[in-house]
Amino acid sequence: MNFYRSHVLVCAGAGCVSSGCLNTMEALVDENAKLGLDREIKVIETGCIGTCDLGPVIVVYPEGVFYRNVTTDDAREIAREHLLKGRTIQRLLYRNPLTSQLVQTYGEMEFFNRQLRIALRNTGVINPEVIEEYIARDGYEALARVLTTMSPEEVVATVTASGLRGRGGAGFPTGKKWGFTFRAMSDQKYVVCNADEGDPGAFMDRSILEGDPHAIIEAMTIAGFAVGANQGYVYVRAEYPLAVKRLQLALDQARNYGFLGKNIFSTNFSFDILIRVGAGAFVCGEETALLASIEGKRGEPRPRPPYPAVKGLWGKPTLINNVETFANICPIILYGADWYGRIGTETSKGTKVFAVAGNINNTGLVEVPMGMTLRQVVYDVCGGIPNGKEFKAAQTGGPSGGCLTKAELDVAMDYETLIAAGSMMGSGGLIVMDEDACMVDMARFFLDFTQDESCGKCTPCRIGTKRMLEILDRMTKGEGREGDMEALYGLAENIRETSLCGLGQSAPNPVLSMIKHFRSEYEAHIREKRCPAGVCQALMSYNILANKCRGCGLCARVCPTAAIFGKPKEVYRIERKKCVKCNACLEKCPFGAVVRA
Amino acid sequence: MPGSKCQCASQGELDPRWEQLEEILAAYKGDAGALIQVLHAAQDVFGYVSEEVQEKVAEALGVPISEVYGVATFYSLFSLKPRGQYKIGVCLGTACYVRGAAQVLAEIEKQLGVKVNDTTGDGKFTLEVTRCIGACGLAPVITINEDVYGRLQVDKVKEVLAKY
Ligand SMILES: Cc1cc2nc3c(=O)[nH]c(=O)nc-3n(C[C@H](O)[C@H](O)[C@H](O)COP(=O)(O)O)c2cc1C
Ligand code: FES
Repeated sequence: MNFYRSHVLVCAGAGCVSSGCLNTMEALVDENAKLGLDREIKVIETGCIGTCDLGPVIVVYPEGVFYRNVTTDDAREIAREHLLKGRTIQRLLYRNPLTSQLVQTYGEMEFFNRQLRIALRNTGVINPEVIEEYIARDGYEALARVLTTMSPEEVVATVTASGLRGRGGAGFPTGKKWGFTFRAMSDQKYVVCNADEGDPGAFMDRSILEGDPHAIIEAMTIAGFAVGANQGYVYVRAEYPLAVKRLQLALDQARNYGFLGKNIFSTNFSFDILIRVGAGAFVCGEETALLASIEGKRGEPRPRPPYPAVKGLWGKPTLINNVETFANICPIILYGADWYGRIGTETSKGTKVFAVAGNINNTGLVEVPMGMTLRQVVYDVCGGIPNGKEFKAAQTGGPSGGCLTKAELDVAMDYETLIAAGSMMGSGGLIVMDEDACMVDMARFFLDFTQDESCGKCTPCRIGTKRMLEILDRMTKGEGREGDMEALYGLAENIRETSLCGLGQSAPNPVLSMIKHFRSEYEAHIREKRCPAGVCQALMSYNILANKCRGCGLCARVCPTAAIFGKPKEVYRIERKKCVKCNACLEKCPFGAVVRA
Repeated sequence: MPGSKCQCASQGELDPRWEQLEEILAAYKGDAGALIQVLHAAQDVFGYVSEEVQEKVAEALGVPISEVYGVATFYSLFSLKPRGQYKIGVCLGTACYVRGAAQVLAEIEKQLGVKVNDTTGDGKFTLEVTRCIGACGLAPVITINEDVYGRLQVDKVKEVLAKY
C-alpha cells in the first residue's frame, strides 16, 4: 500500500462538472506527474462539496486549504507552488463576503463549520465511484450488523425510536411507515426510493446519489430486510444522468462484493435493486403517480387510501421513502436512536439538508440541525445577500410552499414551526429573494409551474390553477381589476379542498402566502398599474433625464423600434407608444440619463 | 399527424437505426412495465419517437398503441417531432428564474429568431425550456446537448451560440 504525503480533493459534483472541474483535475494530475509528485500526492475526485457557485473547487489535505474557481492554469500553479513548495496561493483562497477576510482553511469557513453532516457525511469526502472508500468509512457495517444481529422488528423499532421523519416533503414518521409495511401480509413486497426531486431549486437528492450512492443502496437493503421485501427500485429523474451513471456503477460494485443479490453476508436474506428513469413529469414525485410510472404507465396519481404500504407497486405492499430519508438510516443503526434523537428539536429530530439558491452569497448545499433559524442559515452559514441588497423573502417548500419574510427571519426551521409561519419544510429547497424580486411575478411563476405540471386527471387542479394563472398574468400586464384578490382566494379554497393529490391541494399556497405578506405590492399592480420592484415589463416606462442627457444620440442609435427622437447636443426623448421596453437605451447610455420607473 | 412520419423510413430497412431499435425491443419483449425505458432508448436512437417507432414499440411490448401514445405525450421529455442537431434547454427552475433566466431566454429567442419548442430553419437548433437540472448554484443555467453553461449573462449568449 502506498502512503501519500497529501490528498487533494477535487469536487466533481454536477455543478463543478459544469464549471469545468474535469479539465482542472486533468491539469493538476498532469502537472503533478511532470513534477514527479504523483507518488506522494493523491488526487481524489469527490461528490458535491456543497459550494456550487465557487466551482471548480479543490481542497488540499492535510492542511485543509480550500481553493475556489480554479482554472487549469491555477491548478498547475497549485501543483508547482503549494504541492511542491508548500506555499499557499492567497489569490485563490475564499474571501468571507461579510468581513472581506481571506479564509485560509476549510475548517475556518463558516459555511462548513456551522454544518452538521449526517446525510451528507460522505458527500464531497470520498470518491463515489470507489466502493472501498465507502467501506473505509464504515460503509456496509450497518447492513452487516442488521443482518447478523438484529430482527426486522428491532430495526423498525430503532428507526421509530430515532424520531426520523420523511424528508420528501410530508414529514411522515419513517419508523411508522416501515412498521405498516412490515405488518402488511403478502408474499411479495417492494422498497422504492423516491429520487424524482421535482422541487425546482432543490438538489440535495441529486448530490447524495452522485456523491454517496452506496449509502442509499445500503439503507434500501436494510429497509428490505426490515419490511420483508427482496426487490427495490430507485426512481431517478431523467434530468440527472450523472446520478444514474454513478448509481449503476455502485450497484454493480455492491453485487460484486456480495452486499446485494442472493444470500447477502451468507445469510438467507436476498435483495436487489433496479433503476427506473423518469421522463420529465413533476407529478411523478407524488408517491402513487411514481408507482404508476415505474409500472410503465402515465404518471397519474390515485386517491389514498389504500396507501402504498398496503397496496403499492403492482398491487403489493410497498415502502416508499425519499433519498435523504434513506441517507439517515445507516448512522441511526450504527450510533443508535438515542444519539439521533438528541439532535434537532422536540418534534423534528436530526438534521435537514437545504439547497440554498437565488440571491445569496454562498449558493449550495448545507446540512444543519433541525431548528436552526432562517437568519442563521441565510447570514451565518450562507454569507448573506450579495451586492449590498436587502433580504426580501425566502421561499421554502418550492411550488407547494410559501414565503418567509424579514419578520420571520428568526423562526426555527423545523416541520411544525414552518407550517405555523405559513410555509412548509418541503424537500428543503430554499430560494432567497432580494429587494428586486416582484412578489406578484413570483406567485405567477410558481403557479405557471404547477399549472403546467398538473396531470389533468382532476378538474379543480387542471382548470382552477389555469383560472388563477390568468388572473395573475393580467396583474403583471397592468390589467388587474378590483376583486381579483378575492377571486384568487375563492379559487384557492376550492382547489385546496377538492384536488385529488398534493400537487393541486398545495398549488395555491405560494399565491396565498405572497398576498398575505405583500398585499401592498398586489394593490400597486391592480390600482396604480405599478410594479414597485421594477420587474413586470408591461408596467414600466422609460424616460430620459434632461439634466443628465448630453445629446450624444447613442440611445437613438441602439433603439430597435426608432422610438427615441432628438438632435445631437440636445435632450433626447422617448415616444412611449413605440417603446418596446427592451432596455437597450438604458444599458447603452454612458451618462445614466435613461431611467426606468 | 401529417409530417411526423419518419423520413428515414423511405430508405427502407437499410437505415441501421431500425436494427438498433429491433435489438432494444428484443431485450424487452412482452415487458409492458419497461415502456418508459424503451421509449427513452428509442429516442436516443432516433432523436424523437415517430408514429412508426411507437407502433413497433407497442407491438413488441404487447400494449395497445393508444397507451404508447398516451405515455409518450404525458412525459415532457419525449418528443413526437424531429428536433434540431443541437437542443438548447433553458432552465426555468426557481433559482434560475430569480437570477434572470427569462431575460436569457428572450435573448436566445432573439438571436435565433425562433420561439420555445421551435427549430431553426436550417435544422441546427431546437429551443426548449427545462425544469431544474439541479445546477442551481450556477444559475442561470442553459444546456446545449450535453454541455452545460452556468452563470450565463445575457451578453454572453451570442458567444456561446457561436460555438456551435
Ligand atoms: C406533487 C408532489 C410532488 C412530490 N415530489 C416529491 C419528490 O420529488 N421527492 C420526494 O421524495 N417526495 C415527493 N413527494 C412526496 C411523496 O409523495 C412521498 O410523500 C415521499 O416520497 C415519501 O417519502 P418520505 O416519507 O421519505 O418523505 C411529492 C408529493 C407531491 C404531492
Ligand atoms: S433552477 Fe435552474 S438548475 Fe435549478
